[in-house]
Amino acid sequence: MFGRLTWDAIPWGQPIPLAAGGFVVLVLVGGVAFITLKGWVPFLWREYITSVDHKRIGVMYVTLAAVMLLRGFSDALLMRSQQAFAFQSGGYLPPEHYNQIFSAHGTIMIFFVAMPFVIGLMNIVVPLQLGVRDVAFPTLNSVSFWLTATGALLVNLSLVVGNFSRTGWLPFPPLSELNYSPDVGVDYYLWGVQISGVGTLLTGVNFVTTILKIHAPGMTYMRMPIFTWTSLATSLLLVAAFPVLTATLAMLTLDRYLGFHFFTNEAGGNVMMFMNLIWIWGHPEVYILILPAFGVFSEVVATFSRKTLFGYRSMVLATMAICLISYTVWLHHFFTMGAGANVNAVFGIASMIIAVPTGVKIFNWMFTMYGGRVHYASPMLWSIGFMVTFVIGGLTGVLVAVVPADFMLHNSLFQVAHFHNVIIGGVLFGMFAGYTFWFPKAFGFRLHEGWGKAAFWCWFFGFYLAFMPLYVTGLMGMTRRMQHYDVPEWYPWILVAGLGALVVLAGIACQITQLVVSIRHREELRDLTGDPWGGRTLEWSTSSPPPAFNFAVLPHVESKDDYWYKEHSLDRRPEPEPQYQAIEVPRNSATGFVCAFFATFGGFGMIWQIWWLVIVALLGAFATFVVFAWRDRTEYEISAEEVARIDRANRLARSQARAALQAAE
Amino acid sequence: MMPKIRSWRFFLRLAPLALSLPLGGCDWAVLNPKGPIGDGNATLLVDSVAIMLVIVVPTIIATLGIAWWFRSSNERAFYLPDWENSGQLELIVWAIPLLTIMLLGGVTWIGAHDLDPAKPLVSKEEPLNVQVVSLDWKWLFIYPDQHVASVNRLVIPADTPIRFSLTSGSVMTAFFVPQLGSMIYTMNRMRTQLYLKADEPGVFRGLATQIAGDGFADMHFEVEAKTSTDFYAWLGQARGGGPALTPESYIELSKQSVVPTPYTFQTVSDGLFEKVLDQTLPPGPGPVAETDPGQMVAATSQLCVGRRN
Amino acid sequence: MTAFEAGAGYGGQNRGGGPVTILGGGSEPLVSHADGSPASRRIIVGYGFWIFLLSDIIMFSAFFATFAVLSSETAGGPSGKDLFNLTNVAIETAFLLLSSFTCGIATIGARARNDLMYYGGMALTALFGAGFLYLEIHEFVGMIAQGAGPSRSAFLSAFFTLVGCHGVHVTLGLLWLLTMMAQVFAKGYRADILRRVLCFGLFWHTLDIIWVAIFTVVYLLGSG
Repeated sequence: MFGRLTWDAIPWGQPIPLAAGGFVVLVLVGGVAFITLKGWVPFLWREYITSVDHKRIGVMYVTLAAVMLLRGFSDALLMRSQQAFAFQSGGYLPPEHYNQIFSAHGTIMIFFVAMPFVIGLMNIVVPLQLGVRDVAFPTLNSVSFWLTATGALLVNLSLVVGNFSRTGWLPFPPLSELNYSPDVGVDYYLWGVQISGVGTLLTGVNFVTTILKIHAPGMTYMRMPIFTWTSLATSLLLVAAFPVLTATLAMLTLDRYLGFHFFTNEAGGNVMMFMNLIWIWGHPEVYILILPAFGVFSEVVATFSRKTLFGYRSMVLATMAICLISYTVWLHHFFTMGAGANVNAVFGIASMIIAVPTGVKIFNWMFTMYGGRVHYASPMLWSIGFMVTFVIGGLTGVLVAVVPADFMLHNSLFQVAHFHNVIIGGVLFGMFAGYTFWFPKAFGFRLHEGWGKAAFWCWFFGFYLAFMPLYVTGLMGMTRRMQHYDVPEWYPWILVAGLGALVVLAGIACQITQLVVSIRHREELRDLTGDPWGGRTLEWSTSSPPPAFNFAVLPHVESKDDYWYKEHSLDRRPEPEPQYQAIEVPRNSATGFVCAFFATFGGFGMIWQIWWLVIVALLGAFATFVVFAWRDRTEYEISAEEVARIDRANRLARSQARAALQAAE
Repeated sequence: MMPKIRSWRFFLRLAPLALSLPLGGCDWAVLNPKGPIGDGNATLLVDSVAIMLVIVVPTIIATLGIAWWFRSSNERAFYLPDWENSGQLELIVWAIPLLTIMLLGGVTWIGAHDLDPAKPLVSKEEPLNVQVVSLDWKWLFIYPDQHVASVNRLVIPADTPIRFSLTSGSVMTAFFVPQLGSMIYTMNRMRTQLYLKADEPGVFRGLATQIAGDGFADMHFEVEAKTSTDFYAWLGQARGGGPALTPESYIELSKQSVVPTPYTFQTVSDGLFEKVLDQTLPPGPGPVAETDPGQMVAATSQLCVGRRN
Repeated sequence: MTAFEAGAGYGGQNRGGGPVTILGGGSEPLVSHADGSPASRRIIVGYGFWIFLLSDIIMFSAFFATFAVLSSETAGGPSGKDLFNLTNVAIETAFLLLSSFTCGIATIGARARNDLMYYGGMALTALFGAGFLYLEIHEFVGMIAQGAGPSRSAFLSAFFTLVGCHGVHVTLGLLWLLTMMAQVFAKGYRADILRRVLCFGLFWHTLDIIWVAIFTVVYLLGSG
């Protein structure tokens, strides 16, 4: 009746997971109760859950990322503290727990923090930067988000019911095959990642179509903002790489569920095939994460240097070069598998070539600041911090592309330090910069600057304190994922790394405080002009937040940084009022949420082998598709009068706020 | 708010630790090689870092310098609001990384070929054959020509190339002796090859570097390089006692367990390694079948409790 | 007056004075967006679906690559030569090719709002597709019965997955086909439904192309 599921799936006998799971359940139930009692459910349902507006979906993505950051970081604290205790001792987390924790840490951070953060910012910003009203397929956009949320839910469910995978964040066979991992852990991973992967692929399709086919009049490709270009490159990589992940995970699933032999030891399975396939996905994946961060920095550095981005064409070329080359370097993840010198060397050299366009970008950002007027607002601090930190991470990356160096450093803490260096120093710093930069656009008020700066310094110093020691222990021969060790030379460095994690915790605490304080003081922090930073691109021409239709009348674009030039042109006349027309806006739809509902139960059913539940879920998903397809009214109309009213109010507020600011100067 | 006094005291206690950290640089295993392969790898590593620092350090200094000089409050800095292109600068900007990468690329091509794990080590001594089987969660070293085997301790003659043939008796993992040289994966049904040499007698640490399951952290082993005389003495000792490595005892060994104290086998059945390779001896079974898949594997929880020798 | 002002009905002059759709209306004059302006809904939907199809082809490529690598791993069991019935494959191919033709008829019929062509074409497509599936399932069942199921060897795992994945796509396509017939029956030849028929056609033809790759790589090369 319930497949493999029994009451013993709940970790009654293990205090730490039980307490952790219990805490999460309490927070969730408490949160839902709070929201319900406050009467916020209809608002949330109408304004967010069933919304197909890219801005709302983007906010939900970033919220998911932020919540999952807390979960993933808790795992990090557990790992650091375990290693701090486990010198010539067993520590407090036995291997079967510790191995789940580092697996969950990586899985959650990549799939449910970094990806949603990146996709969330893309959602909020790209249609506004293009000067259009929404993405190509708004309801599909909602489905994408909710499928991602389903994946996150399933992975976190493993904390309470059953257990998670113990193979690391990528389930290398044969360890991940049924005979070596018989429990539900790998299945939780497979279904959580597979389901969210479908959502992510659809996002890629959505954004490629939007960026290539839906622009404001006059916005040719070479007038698009750089963040949009990097979003395009990311979306192309999503479309090109995620199908491979889908196929590979499907093959492992078939091995586990139906006794297939893709990657088993027996009957001719080939482990190396998995390695190749998973890294053909895995390497583009990390470029999917970093390219939008590069885009954020391009926008932020130009804005806060009060200067046009240097070398626009170069930046576009570099972006697309990175996009293309990232697909040709995957073997550098397993130089030590023994492919032979020629193969290893070719892939090593290809991996270094990718450093060239990246280096070009760093120089171009430097030249953007050169001759500029640099304001140290916190987004700019994140950017400068990134430029310094990422370059070090890039150095260590090129270093491990030198094949013989990798023979000594593969899978060591040096490698762990390298990828955290580029992911934290690159992706996360970029996401935090973008979060601060575009928060006022999304919500109408700025974030408190003081707490933002404090958060930056804590993260910056915390990162160095936590990861520089790991470079050292890697050079001392310490490998990753060790539940305990007995080498005295490693111990002091591990302690320092643990301290660094605590400093990062302080940074996170600052960010939470920043959010609470900003909400409390939102009236003082209100952005009335729609352009709190002196921005350069089209999103700053809208109110904060923009109306549902983004632009009452699509802007006519005449150059890149069109908004900035029009704002600062010498013969600037106040814009005449446009001819308002009625606008049709896509209707809200529960399709995404309902789809995710069935996907959650379907995934859970597959994990625990509750087959009737799977069938019900599949039927439900098909029914949802049919109901969606049967809609007659897909849009509702905002009348020309209403559009005029909203737009006039926004324009008035903007000009009044501007006048007030000028009077104050 | 953290109690300030307590936090300062904590840092003070760390100070002696912090001072000792940089002084230990000479003992960093990867940078303190004891054999030609490790030496080659380490040289390349250090040289590559040096080449890249030539670019990276000025870049970081320039970044901070430019960000500082052109801060908005600096009246003396010039302002070029429309300066967004310079063909010459672009040329330099593309050329610098390109030239650096070309240099490093050449270094990599040569290094990858010179230091390929399967490339035989040239030496006046005849190479010693060692067959390595990674198991859950221990290392089996077979000396096919000497007909002995050892678990979790690899004894080799110094100044002699060792020709390793490696495979896995269960999951994929990796064999690594940081002070001697390159790591290499072990995979069931596949043979990987590695050549290493210890220049002088010594004791080195070896470990597994690819997660292999719950007992992964216990998959470390001792490497002892002995003089020729001592090596033969050890061989004699090994032949003198201990169990026999037969297909049956191999099957026992392949079950999931940890071996805290290394030991030796006095004889080895012929062709045992080849039998592991072609799966005549099947790969090790996984964990003991659980009656309740929802429950975590309690059997291995004893691994975490301190069992240092 | 530029093309976009004449047709797509965005921001600028709108001839009808009617509502402006967020993403371009059903208005058909194909808009050139080389000058940067939003494309029509039909182009957007078609383009987006093409991108999705490309991603699907990439997924199939992963299965093809795996099949190529594992095709010799028969683990002492039967190989393609022992198992494949090329006559069967030829009939399956004929069915799919014919179904592509009838699908084309149906698409033309939809645009021409010709019930006979549309419903007739779709029904025939469904028939051929079902025939294909019947033969394929029959082949699979036969192989499993003689002990050559997917768990016999890596080669067979790869075979069943690659060919089976295509079969699953055909099955889902048939479900979609029936849904499209029901949609036109219930709502007529509405603009958005026509766009979906277009997408269905693209999907069905792509499956045909993938089948050509399958019978070449798997069956022809595997039997040789």
